[in-house]
Amino acid sequence: MLFGENPPLYAPGQDFKSSKMNLHEYQAKALFRKYGIPVPAGRPASTPEEAVAAAEALGGAVWVVKAQVHAGGRGKAGGVKLARDLEAVRSAAAGMLGTRLATHQTGPEGLPIEKVYVESGSEIAREIYLSLTLNREKGRIALIASSAGGMEIEEVAAKTPEQILTTTVHPAAGLQPFQARQLAFALGLTGEQIKEFQHIALALYRLYQEQDASLLEINPLIVTRSGALLALDAKLNIDANAVFRHPDLAALRDPSQEDPMERRASEHELNYVSLDGDIACMVNGAGLAMATMDLIKLHGGQPANFLDVGGGATRERVTHAFQLVLSNPKVRAVLVNIFGGIVRCDMIADGVVNAVKNVGVKVPVVVRLEGTNADKAREVLSGSGLTIAPATDLTDAARKVVALAAGRAA
Amino acid sequence: MSILVNKHTKVICQGFTGKQGTFHSEQALAYGTQLVGGVTPGRGGQKHLGLPVFDTVRDAVRDTGATASMIYVPAAGAADAILEAADAGIELAVCITEGVPVNDMVRVKAALAGSPTRLIGPNCPGVITPEECKIGIMPGFIHKKGAVGIVSRSGTLTYEAVYQTTRIGLGQSTCIGIGGDPVRGLNFVEVLELFERDPGTEGIILVGEIGGSDEEAAARYIHRFVSKPVVAYIAGVTAPAGKRMGHAGAIVAGGKGTAADKYAAFEAAGVRAVKSPAELGSAMSELLRRRRARAARRAPAVPRPVAQPVAKPAARKTPAPGTGPKAVRKSAKKTPRKTPRKTVKKAVKRAAKPVRRAVRAAARTAARRTARRR
Repeated sequence: MLFGENPPLYAPGQDFKSSKMNLHEYQAKALFRKYGIPVPAGRPASTPEEAVAAAEALGGAVWVVKAQVHAGGRGKAGGVKLARDLEAVRSAAAGMLGTRLATHQTGPEGLPIEKVYVESGSEIAREIYLSLTLNREKGRIALIASSAGGMEIEEVAAKTPEQILTTTVHPAAGLQPFQARQLAFALGLTGEQIKEFQHIALALYRLYQEQDASLLEINPLIVTRSGALLALDAKLNIDANAVFRHPDLAALRDPSQEDPMERRASEHELNYVSLDGDIACMVNGAGLAMATMDLIKLHGGQPANFLDVGGGATRERVTHAFQLVLSNPKVRAVLVNIFGGIVRCDMIADGVVNAVKNVGVKVPVVVRLEGTNADKAREVLSGSGLTIAPATDLTDAARKVVALAAGRAA
Repeated sequence: MSILVNKHTKVICQGFTGKQGTFHSEQALAYGTQLVGGVTPGRGGQKHLGLPVFDTVRDAVRDTGATASMIYVPAAGAADAILEAADAGIELAVCITEGVPVNDMVRVKAALAGSPTRLIGPNCPGVITPEECKIGIMPGFIHKKGAVGIVSRSGTLTYEAVYQTTRIGLGQSTCIGIGGDPVRGLNFVEVLELFERDPGTEGIILVGEIGGSDEEAAARYIHRFVSKPVVAYIAGVTAPAGKRMGHAGAIVAGGKGTAADKYAAFEAAGVRAVKSPAELGSAMSELLRRRRARAARRAPAVPRPVAQPVAKPAARKTPAPGTGPKAVRKSAKKTPRKTPRKTVKKAVKRAAKPVRRAVRAAARTAARRTARRR
């Protein structure tokens, strides 16, 4: 694979375009068990009956039913319910499954709940925050802990930064027991808890490395009434760029949790993010795509999306991209902004003309093409018989598309 | 003049016989880059594009004397390729590859610490010194030899800055895309340091993005150490928090790394921070016109070996330099002791509200000088 004949720089079909792959709590906890990190006993369920069966199998008298969605803030949003009998387990599961859960991280439309996780209840004496992620400034993995467990860590960091403890790891040495101990003592843990914390931190680091995680978070890590440590929640994101070496993790992907437009885009190797405005953009290059959104805003408009067709754009990909942005009903005008380098402008123009002919377009389109074969591209557009407004430069393009979206003449 | 690469730089390509390696090697050769061979393990001894293929980077360096390498190997092998280049004593490794796992780069970065090898990238367009040496995927024809150094986290946005400075006639000394990944080789600060030292670079354009705090670090560095005019633009003002905008690095997380923070940092550092990417060229042109006009006025008294003004007779006719804080600071600082008092007075008068600003400027200048001596 490494040095094969003409190896593609970007393997087709691979999801290089999103930075991370999210796992559900129940999937992350299965991995935790594998690494010897203590978690409460629990089972996933897809129906209320399965949930009851899970609770029966777990035994005990208190269960927690948790909605499995790729978002934090589930508790406040009603996605975590305590059940003291099997009927309560059933009704909690029935109330969640098949509905959508909107938390402060999802937007108002929320995410579909297709599975719940039924877990034995735990007695909480204390809540701690623990995570591993990249420290960009240092270019190293950081172990982060806080006494303010169970809270939004961003909020803690903003209001009481002194409550956040952190240590960074040299990749050659790996996380050292002393680093874990430093945090444990600073958290005020005592006796066996120090050893246990050290064990959990080292196991987490091993998991992070071996599974190519980009974020590993336990919030809260609890101290039970009996004084043991237990990971009550588990959040695990995998670096999508490394999924190619973890086929077992790739199989855990849950497309139901992804934005349908963004999912469609990734199938065509397009880099798409939905936004709230009414001016669609199609751009090559992530930086220029962001700059194009900024320009639209600077001239009084609102971008409907971020779309980078990429450096290796083909005519087909451009056609798909154009169809994709037009499928958003809010769009009132389209701006195509291409700086042709390796990508030839005439090929992009071909793709645009092709897409407009295929789907028909009822909104005005402004096109700014510069760089390789820009003159040829302008000929393609003007010869197509389509009403496409050409723009002379960036500013002109932004002004025109904002005016057209507002229903004014360009 | 230029930084990092020039017409004498001997370059090899890792991943030479692959599709990307072949295409961009052809492009580099056509541009005039001194590409002297390439590496594909298992194909040593063959010829490709009329150049020798080697099994290892060590072999290639030994036989060709190459000091720079452009890396087009797939993401899975990119970290290995970078470290092989470093092991062979390559001075400049440019990794174009997109999608390199972050954990791989964490290890590479640690392994390169203390090594003389400089890394650009990964996930970057590369580096070009116009009309001399092109290592990367940028379109060569938009560049023009000239006075502006360009450093950017984005590919196409670099081309935008290049194109504008070419059209305006300023041209570029060297352009570097440092890449959009969160862990990478050269950063803004290292490149700014090189541009500041390069006599052929008169002004610097910096194109940043949301995410991380590299722009803030760059702003602090500029404030302390950079005497040349800097124009900056930050992409991603409209990007919502928590959403990643294409580049793995371009994400606003936990309220940090916003465009507003970065603009504020640049403005505090006296950098001309433009809100539209369309103004990069014109803003730089304006700053250089002022700078050259000042240099021309000063020229008879103090010949400066550094930053040769590309003498424009028209420069003298331009209206009096602006009265912004940056201009004031510069004129106060650049006024050598021997200059007649009249000139100084004039400069002060020009500044309109000069006293407090001038005092602050002088203090800053003194601080900067001390820092430089250190």
